[in-house]
Amino acid sequence: MKEEADNREPAGTGQGEKVIQIRDLKKSFGAQHVLKNVSLDLIKGENLIVLGKSGSGKSVLIKCIVQLMKADSGSINVLGQEVEELKPKELAELRKKVGFLFQSGALYDSMTVKENLEFPLRRIKKGLSEKEVREKIMEALQNVGLESALNKMPSQLSGGMRKRIALARTVILDPAIMLYDEPTTGLDPITSQEISALINDIRNKYHTSSLVITHDMPCARAVADRVMILKEGEIYAEGTLQEVQKINDPWIQSFFKD
Amino acid sequence: MKEFRPITKARDIAAGGSVLLSEKTIAGAENAKTFFSRTGNMTIFTLQTFRQTFSLPFEFREFLKQCFELGNRSLPLVAITGAIMGLVLTIQSRPILNDFGAESMLPQMVAVSLIREIGPVITALICAGKIGSGIGAELGSMKVTEQIDAMEVSATNPMKYLVVTRVIAATLMLPVLILFADAMGLLGSWVGVNIKTDLNIVLYFSRAFSAVEFIDFLPAFIKSFFFGAVIGLVGCYKGYNAGRGTESVGIAANSAVVLSSLLIIVVDLIVVQITDILI
Repeated sequence: MKEEADNREPAGTGQGEKVIQIRDLKKSFGAQHVLKNVSLDLIKGENLIVLGKSGSGKSVLIKCIVQLMKADSGSINVLGQEVEELKPKELAELRKKVGFLFQSGALYDSMTVKENLEFPLRRIKKGLSEKEVREKIMEALQNVGLESALNKMPSQLSGGMRKRIALARTVILDPAIMLYDEPTTGLDPITSQEISALINDIRNKYHTSSLVITHDMPCARAVADRVMILKEGEIYAEGTLQEVQKINDPWIQSFFKD
Repeated sequence: MKEFRPITKARDIAAGGSVLLSEKTIAGAENAKTFFSRTGNMTIFTLQTFRQTFSLPFEFREFLKQCFELGNRSLPLVAITGAIMGLVLTIQSRPILNDFGAESMLPQMVAVSLIREIGPVITALICAGKIGSGIGAELGSMKVTEQIDAMEVSATNPMKYLVVTRVIAATLMLPVLILFADAMGLLGSWVGVNIKTDLNIVLYFSRAFSAVEFIDFLPAFIKSFFFGAVIGLVGCYKGYNAGRGTESVGIAANSAVVLSSLLIIVVDLIVVQITDILI
């Protein structure tokens, strides 16, 4: 299996415009090699799922894409720009086009829901009138079905609501690419389904390309166009969900056991 | 029996040999390395903050909010502490001055003590506890819950938004708080004087300020800016560099108070020495 993966072209090689291209990415923390030669492509408009056990380097991978972590070696090309070579201002410009949903939601505790949505909007979409800002906030909240939470503080929201507000805060900026870090972790099955549906809705409505990091199979089944499996920092398998499901490997099969 | 571990030193590499160092020596070297590494990181953080302070845009709204949070919300604590400080100093000093027949000098003595040393240092230490721990815990929890990362990916510079605003607010608010504490201290002292004697408030203040010159006030006022900068910088540094997990929030808050209190004393020592040389 491992050899097959090594000989294979990077995940996503095929038709369509590539919005993210990662080649030979390596990242270590001391003696611990978290990512070893990871290569992948994200095609415009698709949902790519990166599956893997906890600690397999999934979150490190997407944090390297937006430069929250620096890779040791390899190249990351996002929307035609080599992120490692960008100056701080250029990186800030690129980040405006990439939405990132954090595992914890990362809502600003000291701000209301409205202020949480306003904060990035006023900084990135400068020149919007008060009316336009209000309309955009309400539209984003309608998308996630939480218009009533407008004036609530994050501490008054449930885990699922916080995730949905965090999603609204990211989507309000109309990003070209969405990166989801464990979007359904810690949520009940029904809320997880709702979040998975929202991921699909956002792709359909805003034509975003999405990289979803998860180990939640119902979520993967609901949103995946393609799947890539990470094992110990390396790409272990890749393909459509059906293709990966058919691979006769006990470790891969353990993901698909209900 | 001492345990020894072979360590190859640079100078022995050429000779192809190695030397034996005790575990205690190795531990000492590790501690020294950690100390210098942390000092280096703190220095880099300070320089980054300084550089970001002078680059546009300035987060003015957040700065005003922090002035309110750090300044206005600390007023009650500083007022009570200052008043008690003046009252206690008066009550404690009276018997000694009485022995020397100098009880009438009580307002002058309290005013000089409060304005030159006790007011700034005690208020700064109180603020290190309130403001330093608050900033450390707030930024620490933002770090742990990925809010700082969220700010960074939404193209907002967290150093500018979170650190620069808090450091400048603390630097500018501490002198104000110290002046307020001094005033409350003198009021407390007047109450203390009136416990056993009857002294008019106008007469008390005219006596108190007769002993205070501009040169007493100036070094104390200048050092209060440094105290504020220390509290802001240490609080932000500890919070911004908090580890993972909720435990690290408590550690960040605690170490912010400990380190800023220590640095306040060190800064005070340096300023006193400089003042002594110059004046």
